[in-house]
Amino acid sequence: MTADPTAPPFLRLESIVKQFGGFTALKGVSLDIRRGEFVCFLGPSGCGKTTLLRVIAGLDPQNTGTVRLAGRDVSRLPPSARDYGIVFQSYALFPNLTVHRNVAYGLKLSRAAERARVDELLALVGLPDAGPKYPAQLSGGQQQRVALARALAPSPGLLLLDEPLSALDARVRLHLRQQIRDLHRRLGITTIMVTHDQEEALTMADRIVVMNNGVIEQVGAPNEVYHRPATAFVADFVGAMNFLPGVLESPGRVRLGDHGFDCDGDHLTSTAPGSAVTVCLRPEDVQVRAAGGANTLDAVIESLEFLGPFHRARLAAEGLGSARVTADLSANLVRDLSLDPGRRLAVTLPRERLRVFEATR
Amino acid sequence: MSARMAGARTLFFKPAARSSSRPVEPGERWLFGLGMGGIALFLALFVLLPLGALFLRSLYDRDGVFVGLANVVAFLETPTLVRSVVNSLSLSLLTTLITVTLAFLYAFCLTRTQMAGRGLFRLLAQIPLLAPSLLPAIALVYLFGNKGILRGLLMGETIYGPIGIVLGEVFYTFPHAVMILTVALSTSDARLYEAAEALGANAWKRFLTITLPGVRYGLISAVFVVFTLVITDFGVPKVIGGSTNMLATDVYKQVVGLQNFGMGAVVGLVLLLPAVLAFIADWYGQRRQMALLSARSVPFQPRVNPLGDRLAFLFCALVGGLLLGLLAVAGFASIVTFWPYNLTPTLANYDFAQFDAAGWSSYGNSLILAFWTALVGTVVVFTGAWLVERAPGRAAMKGLVRLMAILPLAVPGMVLGLAYIFFFNAPWNPLGGLYHSMAILVLATVAHFYTVSHLTAVTALKQLDAEFEAVSASLKVPVWTTFLRVTVPLCIPAILDIAIYFFVNAMTTVSAVVFLYAPDTKTASVAVLNMDDAGEVAGAAAMAMMIVLTSAGVRALHALLSRALQARTQAWRRR
Ligand SMILES: Nc1ncnc2c1ncn2[C@@H]1O[C@H](COP(=O)(O)OP(=O)(O)O)[C@@H](O)[C@H]1O
Ligand SMILES: [Mg+2]
Repeated sequence: MTADPTAPPFLRLESIVKQFGGFTALKGVSLDIRRGEFVCFLGPSGCGKTTLLRVIAGLDPQNTGTVRLAGRDVSRLPPSARDYGIVFQSYALFPNLTVHRNVAYGLKLSRAAERARVDELLALVGLPDAGPKYPAQLSGGQQQRVALARALAPSPGLLLLDEPLSALDARVRLHLRQQIRDLHRRLGITTIMVTHDQEEALTMADRIVVMNNGVIEQVGAPNEVYHRPATAFVADFVGAMNFLPGVLESPGRVRLGDHGFDCDGDHLTSTAPGSAVTVCLRPEDVQVRAAGGANTLDAVIESLEFLGPFHRARLAAEGLGSARVTADLSANLVRDLSLDPGRRLAVTLPRERLRVFEATR
Repeated sequence: MSARMAGARTLFFKPAARSSSRPVEPGERWLFGLGMGGIALFLALFVLLPLGALFLRSLYDRDGVFVGLANVVAFLETPTLVRSVVNSLSLSLLTTLITVTLAFLYAFCLTRTQMAGRGLFRLLAQIPLLAPSLLPAIALVYLFGNKGILRGLLMGETIYGPIGIVLGEVFYTFPHAVMILTVALSTSDARLYEAAEALGANAWKRFLTITLPGVRYGLISAVFVVFTLVITDFGVPKVIGGSTNMLATDVYKQVVGLQNFGMGAVVGLVLLLPAVLAFIADWYGQRRQMALLSARSVPFQPRVNPLGDRLAFLFCALVGGLLLGLLAVAGFASIVTFWPYNLTPTLANYDFAQFDAAGWSSYGNSLILAFWTALVGTVVVFTGAWLVERAPGRAAMKGLVRLMAILPLAVPGMVLGLAYIFFFNAPWNPLGGLYHSMAILVLATVAHFYTVSHLTAVTALKQLDAEFEAVSASLKVPVWTTFLRVTVPLCIPAILDIAIYFFVNAMTTVSAVVFLYAPDTKTASVAVLNMDDAGEVAGAAAMAMMIVLTSAGVRALHALLSRALQARTQAWRRR
């Protein structure tokens, strides 16, 4: 289900500040989330993702700022007066209760209705026969799905997931990604998932909230965040990236070493020409086959690293000084052109793929 | 005390987990406030304020006139009292040296060899915990006293004095040291030994460079715990001390004999001093010990070593045999007509009414005391630990309760009892009604044994997932439902441990109750003391055996119950 962008936000966070003693974990975070959206909080460990999730849940109330959920101000309400289900990183299943009892824990129904609801949920998460078992008798991935069923049982308006897949091994993780997405599509429940895994965020989210050091760096759809990172931090954190030191000549024009390049500088209007900048380019965006025209360099392959479906090349170019450009070259291309270290070749750094940030680092 | 409790005992403070500050549900607010306030009030009323009263009382003379430090000066000018300090210090040091050496060897054999019968030896080491400290002294009198059968072995020396005190105290303190050292020795990291062996270090070098440094804090802890137990123990010197006075017996004499409460208070404070110092040193050591253990430690697996294992077996059999033997002597003497001249079996010594007006009623009182102590103590301690560890908010109050919960470990039973006299017998105290009741015995015993129970509960609670309460809040389930449906069932093993610990200690303690009992609340352990005082040693031995049998029976029941529980809950414990 895709969200209606014109509807009023389902969840609205305004200037959330959260302190632990003298340490400020959230430095004024504001965010709107629409009904039915699947949003990922993405960022390095310790950046405040869990803290923000717990603010929304009312488990670690903010010092200042407001939380509005479905039009209600819930800023000072206890967790039970908000309306959400939550899955923790540890799952926090009750080990002494059967799966059935775990899922039924938050239900206040007659016996028959409860049984029907639990069966429905267990079928939904793909564990129709797990009811009589104890959590310890299930695998990690199965436990995770039971935790999901338990959180969904009372039909909450909002689902919060704190790194739900991080404790699982890679294969199970891929499978569960798909299953959580399907579940979201089917139930249409507004979902917030915390993760530090960019691939997880890129493949699962409708929108990604990239966080760093207690602030939001960027909010956007996965392809926006990937292709048009708003800050150097986002550019670095999401995907592989070339960082090349340069100087801004004019908006839309930078100099790298002795070469001038056209670039995508629309977000840099306030930066004065002559300032030092960082020019970013994804390794897979370096063009070889269609090289030519503006933004083209004569380069030498310094090294070539085999990475399965592609090779990662380190390119040196005259006039770039000590800077090196990393390029991902498909196995196909390497074979067709029989590329080897030492080969010279022309590469183009496409204008619309060059992102330029003020040099801060 | 089980291994779980010994483990808890050696883990004073774990780093706090992510503390939740979620806003309290309106319905829960009064409950948490009441609970936390109740625990704080309990600890204040039954630990902190009585100690305060003790301090104050030491500043007044026997007629209640304020004299400032005059009592302290008088204490220092009384040669017999100063002599007691010297006796207490020197005999405590000697006992500590002997006990810790023996206990280290014993624990080493238990944990670092593959000798036969390790389970049995573990049990044997616990024998002294089943009896009041009066019992070893009585058994020693039977063996080496004026009519003792082994008197010749002393070569003219008397058992009534330093020799008897040290022997009795070694018996009494042995299990405590063994438990601390067993925990310390079993938490070593096998990888260190493998590395040392790979580097060519021989067994002796490995012992000096890995084993000893690894247990040094356990050793320090054992030294202080044993020292404190001895210097504050009153049972052994009371029975076998003869004319050798110790501080603990002085408190008793000043208060019960001379009715000099001011001086009693001063001696009590003097007694508190080494206990508090030991407590601080111990606490410091424990914190360092924790740092030695990394989460990735690999437990050490001893290898079979025929000669070493056989030597270890011999040593443990000797020590365990002596422990059992001393108990057996008291047991045997209690069922013969007249030790050592007429060994005809009889149960006459169990007809307590002939020795003591209270007769069997003191045994009944002990059962009542033990039952209520176990019940009240377990409920208070577990709820208190849960509030401190799992309830949201109130950080300052939690810190205070944590501190007060640790404090009783530093307060000798006699000092606590004495403090209760001053506090609860004071005319201004509205709780004066408690004085001389069974309730005050229960409360004193709960307070006296609070710390180890609290640490056991805290350890168990810390092992639970930190988010249970958060999950139940998100599911709109009241927190007490989760407490009863999840937390308590998961902690049943620890809860049983705590209940048994309270029960057995309430059966055996003398020091915590000796100042507080009334004629109709006299306990079995005090009856042992009284009968021994009156020269009815056989009756005293018989009553002591009743305590041992009861404690042993309850422990056996506990073992059965734990096993049944284990089987029943296997499904959800399986990993
Ligand atoms: N209860 C707490 N007390 C003190 N500091 C905390 C607490 N919870 C989180 N922090 C700190 O806040 C920062 C953000 O934590 P968190 O939100 O858990 O990060 P993450 O993005 O990895 O989920 C971290 O530096 C963490 O140490
Ligand atoms: Mg986190």
